[in-house]
Amino acid sequence: MSSVKFNQEIISKTEKNLLQKLVSEQSFWVTIALFGICFIMFFVEDAFSSKDNLFNITRNFSFIGIMAIGMTFVIITAGIDLSVGSIMGVTGVICGLFLDAQFLPEWYSKASYFEGVYVWVSIILALLAGTLIGAVNGYLIAYVKLSPFVVTLGMMAAARSLALVVSNNKMFYEFGPKDEMFYEIGGGSMLGLANATWLLIFLTIVMGLVLKYTSYGKHVFAVGSNKKAAELSGINTRWIEMSVYMISGLFAAISAVMIVGWMGSVTNALGYTYELRVIAATVIGGANLMGGVGGTFGAFIGAALMETIRNSLLMAGIDPYWQGTFLGIFIVGAVWLEKVKNKKN
Amino acid sequence: MSILSLNNIEKNFGAIQALTGVSFDIKEAETVGLMGDNGAGKSTLLKIIAGNFKPSNGEIKFENNTVSFEKPIDARKSGIEVVYQDLALCNHLTAASNVFLGREIQKGIWPFKYLDYPAMFKKSSELFEELKSETRPKDLVMQMSGGQRQAVAIARTRLTNPKLVLMDEPTAAISVRQVAEVLDIIKRLKDQGIAVMLISHRMPDIFEVCDKLVVLRRGEKVCEKNIKDSSTEEATGLITGAIDRV
Repeated sequence: MSSVKFNQEIISKTEKNLLQKLVSEQSFWVTIALFGICFIMFFVEDAFSSKDNLFNITRNFSFIGIMAIGMTFVIITAGIDLSVGSIMGVTGVICGLFLDAQFLPEWYSKASYFEGVYVWVSIILALLAGTLIGAVNGYLIAYVKLSPFVVTLGMMAAARSLALVVSNNKMFYEFGPKDEMFYEIGGGSMLGLANATWLLIFLTIVMGLVLKYTSYGKHVFAVGSNKKAAELSGINTRWIEMSVYMISGLFAAISAVMIVGWMGSVTNALGYTYELRVIAATVIGGANLMGGVGGTFGAFIGAALMETIRNSLLMAGIDPYWQGTFLGIFIVGAVWLEKVKNKKN
Repeated sequence: MSILSLNNIEKNFGAIQALTGVSFDIKEAETVGLMGDNGAGKSTLLKIIAGNFKPSNGEIKFENNTVSFEKPIDARKSGIEVVYQDLALCNHLTAASNVFLGREIQKGIWPFKYLDYPAMFKKSSELFEELKSETRPKDLVMQMSGGQRQAVAIARTRLTNPKLVLMDEPTAAISVRQVAEVLDIIKRLKDQGIAVMLISHRMPDIFEVCDKLVVLRRGEKVCEKNIKDSSTEEATGLITGAIDRV
């Protein structure tokens, strides 16, 4: 046997073929479940498949989905970010404060109201604030070596209180002379899908490529899989760990800007308890809390499944008070499924 | 010419003296067997050479330059590769990804650099073939046998052209056939002019492939001699302390 042929044979051989690989992915089964539910609802409830309802569902899960992509990076490194809901709150309020501008010095309004520059200033400040809060989380976790659970639990309380401080418990709803532009970004739509949904699709693809096709993505998996081995390979594990919390903070801020634009107002309660839904979406999509496993498509589909179930339950006339129970069952069920699957392997 | 020379290496962890005045040289293409009982300081010495620890005292010369490695990556850059006892592999990544971890082959221009998977699969399958291992580049490490994991860990050292390879118990926990393969690999490294320091508990392995025997006992060097002039009986005696030193 020639050596070239031997090589080719070995390269083409993998333990699993494509179908087997697909079947082993949790996100594949969640997608099947999602289509199953849609299929049933299509026949049971006419209103479900109406254009408006489908538009609403896709828009609603987009805000959670965007945050879940950031959370995926954190969970792959075996971390957790409990502060995303509060980051959303404080960055949303910061965005609102700078859009409203009546509480800010006059020179700011005069200098930036020109041609709607203030809209971009507000958005960029919100995104920077989210990244900065994520950097504080990441620094304490990666360099001071505190547990992610404790650090982000603390940040969850601190960021929520900062939202109160910044907003002084006021609601912002006057977004200046170019408010239409801001509403359009978060609340507009193209080709039958909300802008937030397009953004979610875009980020799912881009961040999915980052995870699979860049050395940064590879290193994120390596840190979650075996931090010691990653370090011995010369990977800057501390920076990788810190950066994933910055991504999570940034994505919470992106989601905040979009949701404020859609709702047209913001209070300090924005994003309250969202961390639960974001973590649920990520875990249902197949990210493993023990690290080393996860993907952006999983985050997308996990968020979609949760919203579709919520919508279906409402349509089926089930008391909305039950929603939390179903959410809880799904979180635990997803983790249990993962365990059963691992045992088989 | 000696490629590595250790001069009076000492290491203490608080009150515990792990190494006391250890000196010896490793020549080019020389295979040195490092033996000793558990806790004799073998792994500590390896980790000092590999840049995991800094010695409390003493001097390390690599290719006639005094070196002081801050991190393992510094040692690797100078041409010292290590196969760790726990192999230091990422279970969730493929064999190829593990081989290239931290030095992936990339294409494109920053910031649009992306991983060149075909090149990495090809190169790693060449390495596995060279090692005569049936490891497949696309398999996840968590699905592999002990021998295959060993092959991945050794293949990593072959990516560059190292001058010195340190191996911590490479023949532990693998099958008899695979032990023979690993020993063959060590001989092949020697043929290519690469020096090897081999830590092993398996006396026959040391005596089959090594040129020189160094024995540590309680952090002190008690023996450094040509393997031809020694015997398994003498080595056992030195390790246990039945023979004080030679």
